[in-house]
Amino acid sequence: MNAIQTEALTKSYGKARGITKLNLRVEEGDFFGFIGPNGAGKSTTIRTLLGLISPTSGTAEIFGQNILTQKTQILNATGYMPSEAFFYPNMNVGEVVQLSARLRKMDCSKEAAALCERLKLNTKKKIRQLSLGNRKKVSIICALQHKPRLCILDEPTSGLDPLMQREFYSILKEYNSSGSTIFLSSHVLSEVQEYCRHAAIIRDGRILVSDSTKNLGHTETKRITLKGIASLPPLDHAKNIQNTDDAISFLYDGNPKELLLYLSSLPITDLTITEPDLEEIFIHYYQEEV
Amino acid sequence: MTLIKHELKKGRNALILWTLIISFLLGICILIYPEMEHQMKYLSGMFADMGGFSAAFGMDKINFGEFMGFFGVECSNILGLGGAFFAALLGISALASEEKEKTAEFLLTHPVSRTKVVLQKFCAILIQIAILNAVIIVVTLLSASAIGELPKDNTLALLFAAYLILQIEIAAVCFGVSAFLSRGGMGSGLSLAALFYFLNIIANLTNEAKFLKYITPFGYAEGANIIAEKQIELTYVSVGILFTILGIAAAFLKYRQKDIAS
Repeated sequence: MNAIQTEALTKSYGKARGITKLNLRVEEGDFFGFIGPNGAGKSTTIRTLLGLISPTSGTAEIFGQNILTQKTQILNATGYMPSEAFFYPNMNVGEVVQLSARLRKMDCSKEAAALCERLKLNTKKKIRQLSLGNRKKVSIICALQHKPRLCILDEPTSGLDPLMQREFYSILKEYNSSGSTIFLSSHVLSEVQEYCRHAAIIRDGRILVSDSTKNLGHTETKRITLKGIASLPPLDHAKNIQNTDDAISFLYDGNPKELLLYLSSLPITDLTITEPDLEEIFIHYYQEEV
Repeated sequence: MTLIKHELKKGRNALILWTLIISFLLGICILIYPEMEHQMKYLSGMFADMGGFSAAFGMDKINFGEFMGFFGVECSNILGLGGAFFAALLGISALASEEKEKTAEFLLTHPVSRTKVVLQKFCAILIQIAILNAVIIVVTLLSASAIGELPKDNTLALLFAAYLILQIEIAAVCFGVSAFLSRGGMGSGLSLAALFYFLNIIANLTNEAKFLKYITPFGYAEGANIIAEKQIELTYVSVGILFTILGIAAAFLKYRQKDIAS
């Protein structure tokens, strides 16, 4: 079963773009990364899936349930962590976590206590006294304490220090191992590459590509690094040209034979050809030819 | 029930503050009446001759020298305006403040339907209004007993009933408006309550503006009229109830479909 399935899902804000004919499939049990820069449509997609905003057209289902007609059932099975964590400022952490559980008509006190301990969060502190990082931790606990079938996390690690990021991903991996589907949006590509099994790249409200992170890294595109030359003569299919102190590097997605012929005419002293990492794939999809 | 409790807890300090302020002012106003009684008898005649000004505040219809006359004008203004402002603040902030403070995203991503959110929030408003009025009634009765002026007829009950309906109507109208707002609206709520108050004053000044009494809840909750007529004007109340229903319906219809601002 698909945890998330959208068919031509569109959300437009008058003249402003939201998402356009978005087709997305996330299998149950997957660890899925949703990649795109700010304004690409990641949060709009997530907010539409959760019923915070209504789609202009198209359909979407979560565990086979329609987001418009079965919203409550969907929210029952879902834990959501927004990109910005806002709570009632006069409540303390424990009260917010408890309110979240009560709204779900559940007693999650054991799991909440365990998560608070792992994330080193003081439940007695008032929300208004918390830093962004600590508010994010409250958000994590509210999203995970009821052990949801689907965790939707919108840019979850922004504001968390590196140690907490590691602990957070360790928690997510445990949840994923016990059956939860993880769907997270991010523009930190290294974390998507490290933790996610599948990923989709969104640009201008449209999905550009959706595949396993392994396959996304194995494209026709290669990262070429040359030493011994000061500048790169014009070359078709060369993108993202970078000049460093002693080397020139670029992404190449053209014919390898043509590349070898081209390189043989240059006074290079060293040549490296590598698979691009996800970050470079992302740039490949995002950047116009340089 | 969870949301009702949460709303009551969230609004607890404001409720205590408004209840204390209105009760205190009302209590003081009643307790100083014996000292002012003599002056009031003198002023009563004077007010009756002040034409439009007296009419604007309903002072031409009642005897200012009697306790209920004094209560109908002085105390009713405190209760009417204070209660109206409190109700307006409750109504206008109920839904819009969740978006202004960006807590709507937290609340609405829990498995609680928006219909239930609206219903429970409005129930919490009604409970808070009921608590405010209960305390005010007790304070009024105790203060009036203390000065030996407890009315024997049902005029006081009618006054309190009228103000309760007025507060519910203002809260409901503001609640309806609140569903359309995404950035607070406290100013709009208070302005609306003040507008209703002044519309009634204008309606009292001239017959041409009498129709305004159908619009403002102060039309049926005017102390001077209720004391003089010993009844609440049912036509105005009926229109008020209609506005109340429209406000609540608007809140339900709009909020169920609303795109929540991020």
